[in-house]
Amino acid sequence: MAEVSHQAYDPLATGSKTQQARSRGIVYVLLTFFALLYLSPLLIIFMNTFRPLDEIVREGFISVPDSLSLKYWGEAWGSFCIGGTCEGVSRYFSNTLLMTIPATIFSTALGLVNGYALSKWRFKCDAWVFGLITLGVFLPAQMTLLPWAFVLGQIGLSNTIMGLVLVHTVQGTSFTTLFCRNYFVAVPDDLIKAARIDGAGFWRIFRRIMLPLSPPIVIVCVIWQFTGIWNEFLFGTVFTSGENQPITAAIVAFSGSGTGERHYNVEAASVIFAALPPLFIYVLGGKYFVRGLTSGAVK
Amino acid sequence: MARSSKPAAQGLFQRLSGWTPQLVLVPTLLAAFVYVVVFSLWTLWISISQSTLLPNMAYGGFGEYAALWQSKRWIVAYQNLFLFGTLYVLGSLIVGTLLAILIDQRVKFESVWRTIFLYPLAISFIVTGTVWRWIFHPQTGVERALNDLGWISAQFDWITDRDMALYVVVFTGIWHASGFAMALVLAGLRSVDSDLIKAAQIDGASMARTYRRVVLPTIWPIFVAVTVVLLQFAIKTYDLVVALTQGGPGVATTVPAIVVYDLMFQRGQIAQGAAAAVMILVALALVLVPYLIWSIWRDKQGKRTHG
Repeated sequence: MAEVSHQAYDPLATGSKTQQARSRGIVYVLLTFFALLYLSPLLIIFMNTFRPLDEIVREGFISVPDSLSLKYWGEAWGSFCIGGTCEGVSRYFSNTLLMTIPATIFSTALGLVNGYALSKWRFKCDAWVFGLITLGVFLPAQMTLLPWAFVLGQIGLSNTIMGLVLVHTVQGTSFTTLFCRNYFVAVPDDLIKAARIDGAGFWRIFRRIMLPLSPPIVIVCVIWQFTGIWNEFLFGTVFTSGENQPITAAIVAFSGSGTGERHYNVEAASVIFAALPPLFIYVLGGKYFVRGLTSGAVK
Repeated sequence: MARSSKPAAQGLFQRLSGWTPQLVLVPTLLAAFVYVVVFSLWTLWISISQSTLLPNMAYGGFGEYAALWQSKRWIVAYQNLFLFGTLYVLGSLIVGTLLAILIDQRVKFESVWRTIFLYPLAISFIVTGTVWRWIFHPQTGVERALNDLGWISAQFDWITDRDMALYVVVFTGIWHASGFAMALVLAGLRSVDSDLIKAAQIDGASMARTYRRVVLPTIWPIFVAVTVVLLQFAIKTYDLVVALTQGGPGVATTVPAIVVYDLMFQRGQIAQGAAAAVMILVALALVLVPYLIWSIWRDKQGKRTHG
């Protein structure tokens, strides 16, 4: 819905020509003002990843750079010291990647099958089952922290990336089931009925009818899960420590500590590293990102 | 033997395959049940147990709730949540609606503008908070830049000012979420019947008046939905404050989720932390339950009027 660009009317097409030109000008001035406000913080931080430290300390982040260098990116990636280990942000970047990719795949796959079963195979209490799964979307993480910590400890996954994969898969499946169920509901029931009369079973119908229809919702799920899990902080900081933390926790670890010398340029580069993958996904699949947002919010 | 066992196995298989939809749901259902019901009751029980640093599941009464509501830190956190929540939701709605209306004016490069206004939503609260902390901090950010430009007396230290720091959190929150409001309001604007707008324009209504009197009122359900979602975000707010101010200076920007973490994992008061978590759930329920009842009621009304 959000990507409709055509319009049947033009609200600005009233009044005289000069009036129209003036209001159009105001529109673009306001849009530019807000665009700068939205872009500038990240651009400023990006610029500072190339500046020497003494220059940032002397002049602050918001000033014209005198000299530029690429070496702080390398330092941030490979040798920056975070919490005692000097392996740079690469370690935490790959931690997050190792957590995000499996959790995204598992929760999307589960969501697809669940959404299909819930929308196309009516059975007793299916509304209750769906209600229970969706409640997982709204439950605040704080309510689950202590039980998760206990459970992860019992199954030997505390302070591991596997543990975070499990937590995110369980939580994420609520979202993906909600998305997929609402998407599959729109598939005509007659299609399924005809296939059943032809003798097709649950999985055959899934493979032959539902899967070919599902790419749009798969993309929505993958984008939503990937950005959500990549950006998550609370579970990461509670269930893991030290070298096993995701990148969000690592950023808080180095930038939150008030003591010691600050390495603004290297820290800025690390922050950009943490921002890049979800930004990349967003720019690549913006349309689907918006679609997930709207369906996730309204339904 | 071999002959008779085959049909029996087939029968069992067939009966099982009749249950496939239910069987497929079992793992998720089990997980959801444990996650939603068991974990919630578990935390609820911890909050009325005798747990301190370590869990002790013996019943301890509701003392931790009383203690929580007597602690100054929690009161401040709850007050902050109200002020932050109100300003954050209102601000995001106002900025988001304004942006949506601007984009709705048949502007060129519409998708570019939309992409710019929505991108903060793709980056984490941690990145957002860290970046804006540098910008807001007097040593590294705006104040420093103004000083270096020659305005030596310029002062902009809200982030380190007890009375103003919360507004820094509000501003950053709005920066992050207004694109979300924009996307939904824009979708709403596009769904309004264009005949309605033409009629208003033929009647001589100005653009501002058309929006105020005709367009925006017809999409009010969208404003309700956005408000509910943003209130939810506000109640769960944690990462943003941690990265931006760490709840400080002092307790000036502490929010309930920060108190929960501190009580549970820093101060070893597990029961009181669980009680605080339950209070977050209560706040969330106060927002979501009326909304759910209202949407169900509206669905029914809609069905009745449309036959």
